Amino acid sequence: MVTLEDLSDIRDRVQHELASHKHRIHVCVAAGCIASGSKDVLQAFRNEILSRQLTDKCIVKGVGCMGPCAGSPVIAIEPDGVMYCNVTVDDVPEIMNSLGKQPVARLQMNTDQPFFTRQKKIVLENSGKIDPDEIDDYIAAKGYHSLYKVLSSMSPVEVIAEVIKSGLRGRGGGGYPTGLKWTTVAKTGAQEKYIVCNADEGDPGAFMDRSVLESDPHRVLEGMAIAAYAVGADHGYIYIRAEYPLAYERLRKAIQQAEETTFLGRRIMGTTFNFHIELRLGAGAYVCGEETALIASIEGGRGTPQTTSSLPSRTRLVWENQLSLTTSRPLPTFPQFYATAGIGLRLSVPREAKAQRSSHLQATSRTSD
Amino acid sequence: MYQKSKFPEPPTDDKRWHSVQVVMRKHGRSPHALIESLHAVQDAFGYLDRDALTYVARSLDVPLSKAYGVATFYQYFTLKPPGQHKCVVCTGTACYIKGMTELLDALKEKYGVNVEQTTEDGTLTLQSACCIGTCGLAPIATVDGEDLGKVSKEELLAKLEEVLHGHS
Ligand SMILES: Cc1cc2nc3c(=O)[nH]c(=O)nc-3n(C[C@H](O)[C@H](O)[C@H](O)COP(=O)(O)O)c2cc1C
Ligand code: FES
Ligand code: FES
Repeated sequence: MVTLEDLSDIRDRVQHELASHKHRIHVCVAAGCIASGSKDVLQAFRNEILSRQLTDKCIVKGVGCMGPCAGSPVIAIEPDGVMYCNVTVDDVPEIMNSLGKQPVARLQMNTDQPFFTRQKKIVLENSGKIDPDEIDDYIAAKGYHSLYKVLSSMSPVEVIAEVIKSGLRGRGGGGYPTGLKWTTVAKTGAQEKYIVCNADEGDPGAFMDRSVLESDPHRVLEGMAIAAYAVGADHGYIYIRAEYPLAYERLRKAIQQAEETTFLGRRIMGTTFNFHIELRLGAGAYVCGEETALIASIEGGRGTPQTTSSLPSRTRLVWENQLSLTTSRPLPTFPQFYATAGIGLRLSVPREAKAQRSSHLQATSRTSD
Repeated sequence: MYQKSKFPEPPTDDKRWHSVQVVMRKHGRSPHALIESLHAVQDAFGYLDRDALTYVARSLDVPLSKAYGVATFYQYFTLKPPGQHKCVVCTGTACYIKGMTELLDALKEKYGVNVEQTTEDGTLTLQSACCIGTCGLAPIATVDGEDLGKVSKEELLAKLEEVLHGHS
């Protein structure tokens, strides 16, 4: 059984380790910055710290997207809050020399501009601050605390009531009220329910999903687990486009870590709640972001949209949902709520619920009214 | 008499089929694993030929027509063997505005290839992608998986020359 103390212990350990270093160098390792060589910069900092024997004073971390991707590679020096852009390997010694002194003016980014000052990150609050490959970093940022709270002290009905109260709405375009969607799914007597996360970010120029998936993958998993608990699902899919190989890889790793720590899989956190997540890779079709096409694609078929009914009494119901904390009044019980990356809900109500999951998916895809 | 074999044998004894079998087994040879299995074939062999499609279709118990339908529906799958090297030019909105057409024109002029084509000598395949999510670096192209952000046509051609001649 996982307890709150276990989570706090991890938090304290990570925070202690960070605090014990005087300078923390955050190098962005999300797709935009990797494309401009941030991995070499990261390695150069590591080498420089080793050769200068500064390992007890400085720590380098790969972190997710910090926002100003056009200035990639982007790095930040914490706790000073200095940001540098267009950093190359050759700049590394100069930046190292400047630690604790005057920042390197020619590389410094002006953080006193509206992009930074007028932006309040909610869903992306950890993005650019934590190492996406480390589950402990996420826990230290109060990750999986909401899941713990939900599983240990709330009933599914209470969770949904909270979502309704928050006014949370879908982010896939339609803005459908999330609480209403969850209520419908929870009330339906289907034997098997699924949570589908729509991470098929097809629109060019849009990368809110990419940012959260690459920078804070555990947040998506935690959000899905909470949604699953609320509606009574035990299986989830994340459908992610093939153009985002890095996000796929980070999610794969995150799922593995979460399963090892019992935050996903069977008997989550020692309770009786089971929830498994599978990844599905798209294959380059814009239309697969549409919910019915997306499900057809998860089921291994061509991504052709179908007309569906939104009434629970029909044989096949499809509800896709994206979650994000859009309300200005943050959900009181979940200080940092779930992720944005299209978290979807899919509910199927087969005529006769099949025992086997695989045949079940097939059955629901084939049956019409 | 025709007997449906439960687990058909791979078309050849190439070791790469092993990774495909692993994926199909992981999904319990469910018809839903079709796209995952085709991904596995393409990762291993670079493209999907008729034998591969037939093998996957029979293994997962789906009609060959469905496997073919899926393979041709998705842009990512290709039925033709790719060239030795691959260049992907992003043709998304940001890259379009930042001049990706010039890149495509330059490639066409120098190597005689359009998008989704391979040079006659089989050394280079040109592909397009619809936004790879790094518009801040537009226009962007990748050569054998290496990203070239804010790339000019001269830089792209120089990189290709280096890759093509480094290996020939
Ligand atoms: C052509 C088309 C493409 C779509 N692409 C996406 C997409 O890339 N990502 C997404 O989240 N929703 C996309 N949608 C919307 C989904 O169908 C669905 O409405 C959405 O995921 C529901 O989530 P919500 O309730 O949170 O809004 C698309 C819809 C259409 C018609
Ligand atoms: S990808 Fe590095 S700042 Fe966005
Ligand atoms: S349009 Fe080319 S990366 Fe987005």
